[in-house]
Amino acid sequence: MTGPGTPDMGTGEAASAETWELRLYVTGRSPKCLRAIANLRLACEEYLPGRYHIDVVDLLENPRLAADDQILAVPTLVRRLPPPIRKIVGDLSDTDRLLVGLQLRPRQGSPT
Amino acid sequence: MASVHDGSDLMSALVEVAKGSTLPKAPTGIRGLDEITRGGLPRGRTTLVTGSAGSGKTLLGLQFLVAGAREYGEPGVLVTFEESAEKVSANVASLGFDLDALQRDQLLVVHAFRVDPADVIETGEFDLEPLLLLLADSIGRVGAKRVVLDTIEVLFGAFREQSIVRAELGRLFRWLEERAVTAIVTGERGDSGLTRHGIEEFVSDCVIVLDHRIREEVSTRRLRVVKYRGSAHETNEYPFLISAFGFVVLPITSVALDYGAPEERISTGVARLDHMLAGGLFRGSTVLVSGAAGTGKTTLGARLIDAACTRGERALLVLFEESPDQVIRNMRSVGVDLRRWVEAGLLRMWAARPTVFGLETHLAILARLIEEVAPSVAVLDGIASLTHGPSGAEVTSMVARQIDLLKVRGITALATTLGHEDETSTVGVSSLVDTWLLLRNVESDGERNRLLFVLKSRGTAHSNQVREFILTDGGIELVDVYVGPGGVVTGSARLAQEAAERGAKLRQVEDLTRRQRELRRGIVEGEARLAVLRDELAAEKAELERIDARAERQAADAESARSAMAVRRWADSAPCDEAPRHEAPRHEAPRGEAPRGGARSDGGRR
Repeated sequence: MTGPGTPDMGTGEAASAETWELRLYVTGRSPKCLRAIANLRLACEEYLPGRYHIDVVDLLENPRLAADDQILAVPTLVRRLPPPIRKIVGDLSDTDRLLVGLQLRPRQGSPT
Repeated sequence: MASVHDGSDLMSALVEVAKGSTLPKAPTGIRGLDEITRGGLPRGRTTLVTGSAGSGKTLLGLQFLVAGAREYGEPGVLVTFEESAEKVSANVASLGFDLDALQRDQLLVVHAFRVDPADVIETGEFDLEPLLLLLADSIGRVGAKRVVLDTIEVLFGAFREQSIVRAELGRLFRWLEERAVTAIVTGERGDSGLTRHGIEEFVSDCVIVLDHRIREEVSTRRLRVVKYRGSAHETNEYPFLISAFGFVVLPITSVALDYGAPEERISTGVARLDHMLAGGLFRGSTVLVSGAAGTGKTTLGARLIDAACTRGERALLVLFEESPDQVIRNMRSVGVDLRRWVEAGLLRMWAARPTVFGLETHLAILARLIEEVAPSVAVLDGIASLTHGPSGAEVTSMVARQIDLLKVRGITALATTLGHEDETSTVGVSSLVDTWLLLRNVESDGERNRLLFVLKSRGTAHSNQVREFILTDGGIELVDVYVGPGGVVTGSARLAQEAAERGAKLRQVEDLTRRQRELRRGIVEGEARLAVLRDELAAEKAELERIDARAERQAADAESARSAMAVRRWADSAPCDEAPRHEAPRHEAPRGEAPRGGARSDGGRR
């Protein structure tokens, strides 16, 4: 169920850093979803280079996953690892909020 | 469906039009609701059911789905945003809804979403496409015709961007309509509008409001169809009930005065009372029995039931004051065996403290019982107890509806109520009943006795007399009362009066026989005296004759002696003087004995 996104396993600089398991739920190739995929990739490349894995799930192919995984809206990004599970809804156009949501940056913190 | 009254042509035409016969409807399986909405929810449209928490929205939706799956061949989809699927199943299992089995049989799909705003962060645009996809998939999987979304408004709490949620919900409702599924969406009652987030703006076809009030510590549920486009519907508030049978809406449409009036008379179970009512109660009439505590109201009701069951008819006994066992025991003591009728399946007893439920719930329960039992006779024991709590007007309205409920079905009803010693009913329904019996305690000579009055009996020449009402091992006896200078005489006083009358009668008889005896004795004595007198008389007569004879003899002897002496002495003058003196009585006697001779001599002298 791997989407168009490439399951990149980038090599990170920080040896201690663990791999981030991210799953993005989309419905087909709607503009919102494509934007979300692009925004996510950009953010990951910048803040998690080589330490992330993106799994894109298209609910058009299996709508029942919406019930199983409790997905009401698309696009929804789920941080599966590291715990705890975090859900971020939207096209991820607001990078600050995305980073807060992924807990890559403390809330209201300014980008460096 | 409400029957069209035989009114004027215009009237019936209006009713026909209003019924909106062209609008297809999907029955909810909730009978009362289907009656109120004249057939169910608008088919292929979305209905909003709104109410406060715990008002029964979810249950209404579930029953709609279960009825569709089980009875109408319409599978359904449930999406709940409030509880887990397991919890939903467990909650309704007690009502006999086996959601798991329905899901196995491909008649129902249940999806549950847990929405927790705390663990969701929004960045940018989104849509609710997954929900639509899931719905489309589920509808397609079981061929669903019915969809319930419970409570969709939760989504407003799940996302920050309210405008997106609003737009997406609008899309969802349009989408549902395009799919031609009959849907129920539930909403939480808001302070200003029908729902907290104003989702009624999306639903233009049908809106049902559920209400759950607590007054005087008693909860009352009500349902109202606020809006039903293209169809007539009842606009009143209707009580409903969440019972062991599920969601029950009271299936009365109106308090109409259009019931029939059978001529048939049925027995009250008390022969003397039947006689007072000129042959019994009209079938389908309503009897109110009012009276103070312990006047025998329940017993009268039990007799009516006993008589009905003896005829092989079914009866319903609703108790607001006592438990069924207690009533069975108490009635046995007055010779009415209710248990055998319960065991024979002819009598259904149902007891509930008035305070346990709201008035409407009581009404709904009664409606349900009537439907189940289909009795010909119903007794409501202790309706005045319902006044504990709500206001009098509400009780009157409720009792009026209860009476109406029974009346439209031709059920002969007897309601007992605790009345005061005056002739006004506390419940204020006396004008609604056909026959009103008043039982009154009369206190005198240190005891209380019961009196029965027929205060009114419509269409019946009834007795205007007061009867004493006696409860015995053998049942009820109605006895004539004595009317004395101090009012009616009852109980021991009546018995004393009866004894006194018996005594007086006895004395009278005794007096007569004594007099007879006295007279007879007098006669006997008189006759005896008479015999003695006769004897004496006879003796005196005989004595007199003897004396007369002797006197004559002596006179003759003296004469002869004088003659002899004169002859011897040669006397000449003396005998001449003496002779007339001695002979005079002999000459006078014939004159006295025969007055006629005297009269003749007198006449001769004149």
